Amino acid sequence: MSIGWYLTVSAIIFAIGAAGVMTKRNALVILLCLELMLNAGNLALVAFSRMWGNIDGQIFAMMVLVVAACEVTVGLGLIVALHRRDLPVDADELSEMRG
Amino acid sequence: MTQLVFFIAAIGAIAGAIGVIALRNPFYGVLSLVGHLLCLAALFLLLRAEFLAASQVIVYAGGVMVLYVFVVAYVGGTEESLGASRGWLRVLTPIFAGVLTIELVIASLGSGLKAITTKGADISPTFGSPAEIGQALLTRFLFPFEVASLLLLVAAVGAVGLARRRDGYTVGSIPLKAGAIPSVPPKGTGTMAEAAGDKPMTGLSGGDS
Repeated sequence: MSIGWYLTVSAIIFAIGAAGVMTKRNALVILLCLELMLNAGNLALVAFSRMWGNIDGQIFAMMVLVVAACEVTVGLGLIVALHRRDLPVDADELSEMRG
Repeated sequence: MTQLVFFIAAIGAIAGAIGVIALRNPFYGVLSLVGHLLCLAALFLLLRAEFLAASQVIVYAGGVMVLYVFVVAYVGGTEESLGASRGWLRVLTPIFAGVLTIELVIASLGSGLKAITTKGADISPTFGSPAEIGQALLTRFLFPFEVASLLLLVAAVGAVGLARRRDGYTVGSIPLKAGAIPSVPPKGTGTMAEAAGDKPMTGLSGGDS
């Protein structure tokens, strides 16, 4: 399979994730969609790494994995803290910081 | 054979991604994302990223997704309901997603890179093996590697700080009765007050609230 196919799949997954971030209101699902976008980026990085025969892209993808894990822990911690204070886990109703 | 595996994994990955945004119940969305990640790991294997595929399955599908399932069970999967006021968003989003896909495909496939229509460069049989990844991480990428460990530490401390209990001993919003638990925790319990060197907690109103 040529590298272009992988890049196309990556583009489709990224667009699906972006659409989810735009439409979803539940903060948990927004985090899930962020994961989708990060994974699409990972797939493109690994595909380019294979294209050049260079390991650097895979290292970069691993760093993305680490950052995604951190993002998940902090994001889920925020959601748990919101739930503890009986606030809605809803991105539309949490608008105190709106300018 | 490679093509068969590619198409099965690619369709699985895209179907999993659609499942995440199409399913109303966040719990099923998480399960759909697990399927998506497994298919993505298969794609990584086809791209000769063996170590990355393994860590993807272990870290993501094994660790992060368990965390998600716990939080969904704790918060309670609230059903997603799109209000009527957001109807325009429902119309606009598929258009946006389609345009974004086309734009990304044009940007990547139309970049003029000749190698994009090939299977990739000739590589050694050890490409993407743990040995090669480890050597790269500990020589050329030593600094990012160490920074990543620091980032993980900061995230762990931050998550504990965000999600810790702030209101002392309670069940829901009802404080526990005296006697149900020791009113003064034994020394070395590891309360925040102890760490700060304050006087030990007395009674149920203690804690750092």
